[in-house]
Amino acid sequence: MSTGLIFGLTGLGVFVVGLCGALVLVDPLRRVLALKLCSVGAGFMLVVAAWKAPPEAPDPVPHALVITGIVVMISATAVALALIRRLHTLEHEHHD
Amino acid sequence: MIEMPAIDWLTAVVFAPLAGAILAFLLPRQAHWVGVGAVVLTALMASALVLQVLTEGAVVTPLGNWGAPLGIDLRADGLSATLMAMTTGVGLLVSLGALNSYAHHRAPERMRRYFWPLWLLLLSGLNGVYLSTDLFNLYVMLEVISLAAVGLTVLSGRIEAVRAGLEYMYASILGALLFLLGVGFVYLELGRLDFAGLLAAPPSPALGAALALMVAGLALKTALFPLHVWLPQAHANATAPASALLSALVVKASLYIVLRLAQYLLPLSEVLVALIGLLGVGAILWGSIQALRAERLKLLVAWSTVAQIGLVFVAFARAGADGVAESWKAAALLMLAHAIAKAAMFLAAGRIKEEIGHDRIRELDRSPVRPTLAQLSFALAAISLVGLPPSLGFAGKWILMEGAMTSGYWHWIAVTMIATMLSVAYFSRVLTGFLRFDRQRTTVGEHQGWALADAAPLTLALCALGLGLLAAPILAFMNIGYPFGGAP
Repeated sequence: MSTGLIFGLTGLGVFVVGLCGALVLVDPLRRVLALKLCSVGAGFMLVVAAWKAPPEAPDPVPHALVITGIVVMISATAVALALIRRLHTLEHEHHD
Repeated sequence: MIEMPAIDWLTAVVFAPLAGAILAFLLPRQAHWVGVGAVVLTALMASALVLQVLTEGAVVTPLGNWGAPLGIDLRADGLSATLMAMTTGVGLLVSLGALNSYAHHRAPERMRRYFWPLWLLLLSGLNGVYLSTDLFNLYVMLEVISLAAVGLTVLSGRIEAVRAGLEYMYASILGALLFLLGVGFVYLELGRLDFAGLLAAPPSPALGAALALMVAGLALKTALFPLHVWLPQAHANATAPASALLSALVVKASLYIVLRLAQYLLPLSEVLVALIGLLGVGAILWGSIQALRAERLKLLVAWSTVAQIGLVFVAFARAGADGVAESWKAAALLMLAHAIAKAAMFLAAGRIKEEIGHDRIRELDRSPVRPTLAQLSFALAAISLVGLPPSLGFAGKWILMEGAMTSGYWHWIAVTMIATMLSVAYFSRVLTGFLRFDRQRTTVGEHQGWALADAAPLTLALCALGLGLLAAPILAFMNIGYPFGGAP
């Protein structure tokens, strides 16, 4: 098995684990973490696309894409966490 | 004589609202003036772009002169220009409605302050989607749209809205990540992501998988049955102008990308087309049934969005083996019709709730207050969504059925008819409530609920009704730059 294939399958595996989590889990925080796993998996696929046989330098474009993807995911996670906190506070007030 | 440098409208329509968003955020007290100003400015720029496309054909700007495949190109053809005109036009009227509805001093400070930056950010993302010619750029723009749309959903700060917004956020992130995984597959296979590169690529299993992943992600974002679960609560619990933007414009961005993918990536396989059509039928039936059962006006309108999106997917699917070269016209017209009519309908529903004080459908006929103009706007929008002539909805459905007849797909005609019948049924529930006068205990008051705020929904509803007469020129304009076949 080539390095690329191993990495690619791992990335896909990680994505699927995250996908199952996002669909099955109930706890809001765990769902966010599951989505983070998905993003790691998708990022993996892009990193694999950068790989080239050793004498050649890796393709820099996917690296730039992954970094952009990470930034996007950080903002999305931040918004999701903020919403979870607000929901928590509101539910607390609701019960009191 | 000094020659003025030509303004590049493609870059301007993306960056003007973005700059406006930042400015509106920095100047919270003037946010509404900055907001309306930026939307008007963007609408003017979009009109200039429409004129340019009309006179010169498709326009391309390589950002920073890098050029594809490494750089990012912005391109406007007839289809993108039409959708941009739709977005800025609907957006401008919704903004005027919002100006009025958030101007009340009973509206919380937070709404007045944050609506404008979020909406301008959304506008920037939408225009970005229409002009992108690169898969990764589309992913980024989709995320910009998601973040702004979730913000608009939770704007009221009520617990139901926050809960719905969080569900929307999960669906949105997952949809975007499925899309990103598909983008990864494409890069792995082709080593480039620009549309021109996709067009040249020979079909392969990896590209097929990539297309399936991207379409699945977009279906989640556009709420195609059975991935629609987040939509009704999110759209029903947002404030009226936000619902109008979410339902009219945000779902259209993902639909537009599906159209583009079908154009550039691969001829959709028979199996995928059949599946899309089947899910569309599911959406029509389930969305209509839920709309028939809904107790609240806004929830009914939100469920009708699910059904109408189903119809757009049926329009995608009906051409079958003929490919999208034909079926995109019906889909594009239906998208346009839905955007205008649904914006009118959500604004009208918001006005009705404001005047009557509730939006329980069963008790509409008991109200002594009848906001006449808002009810009229609602009815006119319903006419376009049902598809009576001469509305834009009628033109869309007509082309859908005409195409289905010529290619002999009679089942799609049956589906369209059933969709029409069901939409008559669920909108009648509301319209009877408007028209019955024997159940209210007091006499109908002098106050008929006329207000300046009715101008926006009424204008939109009249456009939805009247633009059907212009369906042929609109279609001819959309075909500029040959978005779907013909000459290259």
